[in-house]
Amino acid sequence: MDTDIVLKVDGITKRFGNLAANDGISFQLEKGKVLSLLGENGAGKTTLMNIIFGHYMADEGRIEAFGQELSASSPAEAIKLGIGMVHQHFTLSENLTVLDNIILGTESLWHVTQAKAEARKRLAHLSSEFGLKVDADAAVSSLTVGERQRVEILKALYREARILILDEPTAVLTPQEADQLFATLRDMVARGLSIIFISHKLHEVLAIADDIVVLRHGKLVAAFPAASASRKQIAKKMVGQTIPEPKRSEYLPGNVLLEMTAVHVLSEEKRPVLSDVDLTIRQKEIVGIAGVSGNGQKPLSDVIAGLVTPISGSVKLRGETITEFTPRAMVQKGIGRIPEDRHEQGVIGDFTVAENMVLEKYGDPEFSRFGWLKLTHLKGHAEKLIKAFDIRGAGTETAVRGLSGGNMQKVILSRVLDNNPEIILANQPTRGLDVGAANFVHEQLFKAREEGAGILVMSEDLEELLAVSDVIIVMYHGQVSKPIPVDDVTLQELGLLMSGDGFVAGHSEARDVA
Amino acid sequence: MLLEPRLHTPLWVTISAPIAAVAVVLILCSGLIIWAGAPVLDAYISLINGAFGSRFALSETLVRATPLIFTGLAAAVAFRAKLWNIGGEGQLYMGALAATYFGTGLVDLPSFLLIPFLFIVGALAGGAWLLIPTLLKTQLKVDEVVTTLLLNFVALLLVNYLLFGPWKDPLAMGWPQGAPIIDDGILPTLIAKTRLHGGLIFAVVTAFGMWVFMKYSRWGFETRAVGLNPDAARFAGIPITKTVIRTALISGGLAACAGVTEVAGTKGYLTLDISPGFGYTGIAVAMLAGLNPLGVIIAALFVAGIYNGADSMSRAMDVSNYIADVITAASLLLVLLAVMLTRMRIRWR
Repeated sequence: MDTDIVLKVDGITKRFGNLAANDGISFQLEKGKVLSLLGENGAGKTTLMNIIFGHYMADEGRIEAFGQELSASSPAEAIKLGIGMVHQHFTLSENLTVLDNIILGTESLWHVTQAKAEARKRLAHLSSEFGLKVDADAAVSSLTVGERQRVEILKALYREARILILDEPTAVLTPQEADQLFATLRDMVARGLSIIFISHKLHEVLAIADDIVVLRHGKLVAAFPAASASRKQIAKKMVGQTIPEPKRSEYLPGNVLLEMTAVHVLSEEKRPVLSDVDLTIRQKEIVGIAGVSGNGQKPLSDVIAGLVTPISGSVKLRGETITEFTPRAMVQKGIGRIPEDRHEQGVIGDFTVAENMVLEKYGDPEFSRFGWLKLTHLKGHAEKLIKAFDIRGAGTETAVRGLSGGNMQKVILSRVLDNNPEIILANQPTRGLDVGAANFVHEQLFKAREEGAGILVMSEDLEELLAVSDVIIVMYHGQVSKPIPVDDVTLQELGLLMSGDGFVAGHSEARDVA
Repeated sequence: MLLEPRLHTPLWVTISAPIAAVAVVLILCSGLIIWAGAPVLDAYISLINGAFGSRFALSETLVRATPLIFTGLAAAVAFRAKLWNIGGEGQLYMGALAATYFGTGLVDLPSFLLIPFLFIVGALAGGAWLLIPTLLKTQLKVDEVVTTLLLNFVALLLVNYLLFGPWKDPLAMGWPQGAPIIDDGILPTLIAKTRLHGGLIFAVVTAFGMWVFMKYSRWGFETRAVGLNPDAARFAGIPITKTVIRTALISGGLAACAGVTEVAGTKGYLTLDISPGFGYTGIAVAMLAGLNPLGVIIAALFVAGIYNGADSMSRAMDVSNYIADVITAASLLLVLLAVMLTRMRIRWR
């Protein structure tokens, strides 16, 4: 018996309806190794991890951890066997301290007292052993994203995890923070822990992984040691075929479309979240906004989308000052808005495709008369857009909820572009999309740019920004950097700007997440 | 045991789930009937007979269903916009007050004008009553569950004051009741020698009207959008506050119509016990109907039938008619559970 195998996944199959999210997946994790699970969004990575961690139950197959079969399909059982998970979206209680978050759930309900002193000692020990510095008494709400992630990892270690699953851990980190995380992870494997690292970023995977497992459409398509892999080869395995990236035409900006001058925005709690923001968008220009999430991207996007009114400063559209900050006014002034979160803001899941496509203009004479909707026009409109944007798997009367992420984004994109907007706000336009769908979105944005639109792209994916933008602006603590032409910028420099280098101090309050 | 979402729900599951739920309720409640010392089968037969088994029973069930359709629609429309109107009872009484104020001689019009007029003023009163907590919600973020509920008691105490004081009918031999609605304001009887009145037809027509309204009108579109995803609705530029206020006026107006049918139809005058909790039961009706206006008709008939049937069962079998409350409450719980199971599936180890 090979004692070095700590986790054995054997023939896992999981179906949702007719869709096989996981189809006969088998792999093994060795002690002291980092196994990277690669795959496009929707390839089944998260489903597989949810099965291993006991959130879901597999239809077929078995999982063994440390020679014991995982049977109960509950997170409690997985934790007991030594599996810890750091979710993409943190599962911390904001109003509790770090220490409280870490011991939460580890103590018996029937004890009146908590063994806090002992817990504190163990935490301090773990913290120094793995070089994960945290203040045990700080409230989680006061921590940065990177610090929160450290707390999540410590939480897993506190529960004596020997296998750590990290789901897209670098999505919220600056490049430098990510490097720091990698150092910690290497330290951990050196101490005999094993790690499953989920990502869709190739360079990270190559930097950290010992073994690579590639999933595509729920199937395991390749498994090989990282040392033997090349970037190109992995990319091909992930996508299935090489898709040419859309090319954009030469950068020849035209007249100024949108001009923001000294814009200040307060949050609902009256804290400054945008301070002194200057921003210019010209015709035939794509401006990319980089920055660690929570540094003012959301309020900036909200101002342009018409959800928030600045307290001072001016926003001019073709020289005309905007006074009414409402979604309707912005749409009427020719601003097309692609929201950050498709499900939350972009579509109404239980509405049909046709209804979602008129969400911004159901009241126009084209679609309603005397207070009644013209259903045939709604339908015709939807048919036209479904065809023009190649939206698959949907009729006009299909509830949008059932569409894939890519097709859902196409519904939003078609709604926005159908109005021929002069300015397009694209907030995380390809988040969660596979390469094909992401390329389609980029193509459409490039087409709009060629036709004269000015576009603001916000993305957490630096590679995307570098690929689509003409100029890049970095946001930090509610401020913006000078625009940098994309050809002059390096990843290193962006990373430094993203961590606050070169920004004026004194605005450190200006964050939109505490 | 694990719950996992279903992507597709087969049609037969959707249809059979509520029916199965009601069957389970009857099985569960048979335990109570045995406890009360009655034969189960006979008890249920007498319940069904008492609800639908004769012309009289059926007409009484329909009479009871009429206000329930209105209060059910009121809850269904409000809940669609995520406006948690628990105040149907208070709005019902405001409608009844308005009908009494205008219908007891203050305004005299021919019948075909006076009856619609009473419904209109009633609906306005009910809408205005719900407007108070709705404005508190939209302007000051005050939780409407609490305010709408508490306003029920305010409305009831107002009725109390009026019926014991200035509006007390001097010809009622000391009973706290209002003056009778004048003949031109009384809803026409549908079937001779029964209490069944034209309010039923109006209720059914209103239910169909609300179904069409929610599905095909611009305002219905806005109401559904705001209820299903307020963030996306706001992002798209749908006026949330306006939509919620408009929905409140409609919802309050519908609940008030129940008060008008009771004063101008079933009773003929205002009393303190004009509603045995129709406003609250309307919430159960709306939930049983899955907030579908057409479903409200069926759910109202079901609930009204259970209450009337239980009355008759209690007379025949000596089982307390509180069994009706138990059956309705258990049906509500189990139907909600059944609806959840149409969306989720259970996995056993």
